Amino acid sequence: MRRVPTLLLILLAWTAGLGSTAGTAPAPEPAIRQVLRWANDAEGGAPYIFHPPDNPDQLVGFEVELAQALCDRLGYTSQFVQYNWANLIPGLRQGGNYDIIIAALERTPENLAQVAMSRPYFTFGQQLVARTQDTNIQSLKDLAGRRIGVLASTLSHRLATQQGGVEVRVYDENVNYFRDLELGRIDAVLTDSPIATVQLKNRPNLRTAGPPFAHAHYAIAVPIGSPELLTRINEALGSLIQDGTLERIYRRYELWDPQQAALATWTAEAVPTTTSGAATAATKPAPVPMLRYFKILLEAAVTTLWVSLTSMALAMSWGLGLALARRHGPKPLRWMATLYIEVFRGTPLLLQLYFIYFGLAQQWGWKLSAGAAAVLTLGLNYAANEAENFRAGLEAIPRGQTEAALSLGLSPALTLRRILLPQALRISLPGITNDLIALFKDSSIVSVIGLVELTKEFLIRSLDAGDYIGLGILTAAIYLAMGHAASRAARALERRLRT
Amino acid sequence: MIEIVGLRKRFGAVTVLDGVDHQQAAGEVVALIGPSGCGKSTLLRCLNWLETPDAGSLRLGDVRIEAGTPEAADRRLRQQLRRRTGMIFQQFHLFPHRTALENVMEAPVHVDRLPLSEARELAMGLLSKVGLADRAQHLPSQLSGGQQQRVAIARALAMKPQILLCDEPTSALDPELRGEVLTVLQTLASEGMTLLLVTHELAFARDIAHRVVFLEGGRVVESGPTRAVLDQPRHPRLQEFLGKHRFTPQ
Repeated sequence: MRRVPTLLLILLAWTAGLGSTAGTAPAPEPAIRQVLRWANDAEGGAPYIFHPPDNPDQLVGFEVELAQALCDRLGYTSQFVQYNWANLIPGLRQGGNYDIIIAALERTPENLAQVAMSRPYFTFGQQLVARTQDTNIQSLKDLAGRRIGVLASTLSHRLATQQGGVEVRVYDENVNYFRDLELGRIDAVLTDSPIATVQLKNRPNLRTAGPPFAHAHYAIAVPIGSPELLTRINEALGSLIQDGTLERIYRRYELWDPQQAALATWTAEAVPTTTSGAATAATKPAPVPMLRYFKILLEAAVTTLWVSLTSMALAMSWGLGLALARRHGPKPLRWMATLYIEVFRGTPLLLQLYFIYFGLAQQWGWKLSAGAAAVLTLGLNYAANEAENFRAGLEAIPRGQTEAALSLGLSPALTLRRILLPQALRISLPGITNDLIALFKDSSIVSVIGLVELTKEFLIRSLDAGDYIGLGILTAAIYLAMGHAASRAARALERRLRT
Repeated sequence: MIEIVGLRKRFGAVTVLDGVDHQQAAGEVVALIGPSGCGKSTLLRCLNWLETPDAGSLRLGDVRIEAGTPEAADRRLRQQLRRRTGMIFQQFHLFPHRTALENVMEAPVHVDRLPLSEARELAMGLLSKVGLADRAQHLPSQLSGGQQQRVAIARALAMKPQILLCDEPTSALDPELRGEVLTVLQTLASEGMTLLLVTHELAFARDIAHRVVFLEGGRVVESGPTRAVLDQPRHPRLQEFLGKHRFTPQ
């Protein structure tokens, strides 16, 4: 924040200078207002921050309006900065991208250890949501052995994990777990009460399971070491609450209730505010138990491994089929194989994954599990690459090999199987190995549909532990070990295939 | 035993074979000579249908194919023809991912469905015949060119062909390696194997062939007993050809 005024002053001085030298300076503009950059993730959805479906150019939500009201009160120009939700706090600590966070951050000791936080602007509870027919789910206790969806690194995530005996599926945003709940991929969702309120409106087959519990507050995050900004924000928030501005905003989103009214009398005594950040930052963080984390990361690597290997098996068999169709098939088949390869190579993996996981379920009711969708998407996508690898291999074999085999009386099919394919595989193997190693890394994309694999586990754990270097090196080492094993296996296979 | 009538083959606008007739009895060795591009190799490759002739007929023992007829497109007929012919290529074309022994065993095991032990015995016998029993476990890349060509001959013989088609079997070899291949072919000829041989080795042709066929421009220009053709060439084109090869008639 301290850097912004300086920068602006320089800019102001420069434009003023420019104006005077050009000699066309009009009457002095009304003083340029300073900009306050506030960060949020527009993927957060209704009622926080969202693009209304009927007017997708607009950004609305109670946090958007709160930010606007706050900036008005402080005399700043409001500027929204889009940032990945899970990385908001590290981004603020690193500095430079934005000045404050207004993004449903919970006022918890964990967060207060990393950033300074304002007085609360919203009180929320944890709401359990289940399917309407699934009447025996009333609380977390009823979920033993069943699947629950939560948003990564939230209070819901912690509560669900602490419950034990529940299979926790971690999501990156607030909408898809409701979709998966409707589809039966998970059995319940634990989420903040405002999200539940909004989402249940359009989902008649879902219901709240029990009353909200574990009430907590959202507060605005400010960098540690900006007590002045924090005080001003607290004062502005207080006045917004006092004069009813907050109530008017919240009523528009049907969020006003007695608990929000009680925000007016909230006192900081329960949790220390202004000094808390500085105080906790001064205390040394506890050493990270690396061995524990290593075991956790290894477990996540198992997911990476089976997703990658199964996908590769699918990609190789399907890719071989495509390569043969393209080389030897009748014209329509050749044309279709070429089209397939171009489409799957030429469109983003993430798009394909969403299409297969959400699109198929929405359009035709094909409810693939996250694992099946992940393997299918990666397999279908990499099949396009493997088809080209095989084609290159087949084309590199001299024509004489086919002629020699045919002249011995081998049928074309036998020639392909006994003579051409082993040689093609040998030629294609380095490319295939490359793709397998790439797949180990690309498979991290499946975390967007709730599978926690190695990279996702690293992201979650490094946020918890506040350690990117140590855990980063551990994670990298596991990836390297998998890649190394793959290239060793490939070389052994190359030796077996000879030539 | 082999009878070709009016064989024609075009590649695009180029007529490569312009009505070739040829007959050859069992046990006969015939050398096919002519300038490059005259259609020698194409003729050979039409005989086992690696190239599909445009017109003409071909009879090999009990198999008869008329080019351009629906039967000619029949894969099984084509395969029958190929099982009765063996082919030796200029570039050997051994299967690089299989040992010498596996190269020879490939067709007996997978086409004739011979039991492994029998196929191995057959293959070892043939490798001994070409003098390579001690190289059975070598990969082609570990063998010299001459050795590779001898394995290729053993591989072709493993299917007990009625005729062996040799497409310039020594052209890719260094002069000092040619002898070992020629010796093997000589032995086969003396044992009564039917050979149709495309070659530039005119001295060898004179030693081994009963008859010589001179091909030019896709036609048989002159043919007859070896000595008559090579030592008293009648056609000026053949005389010119022999002169170019510094071949001194005896």
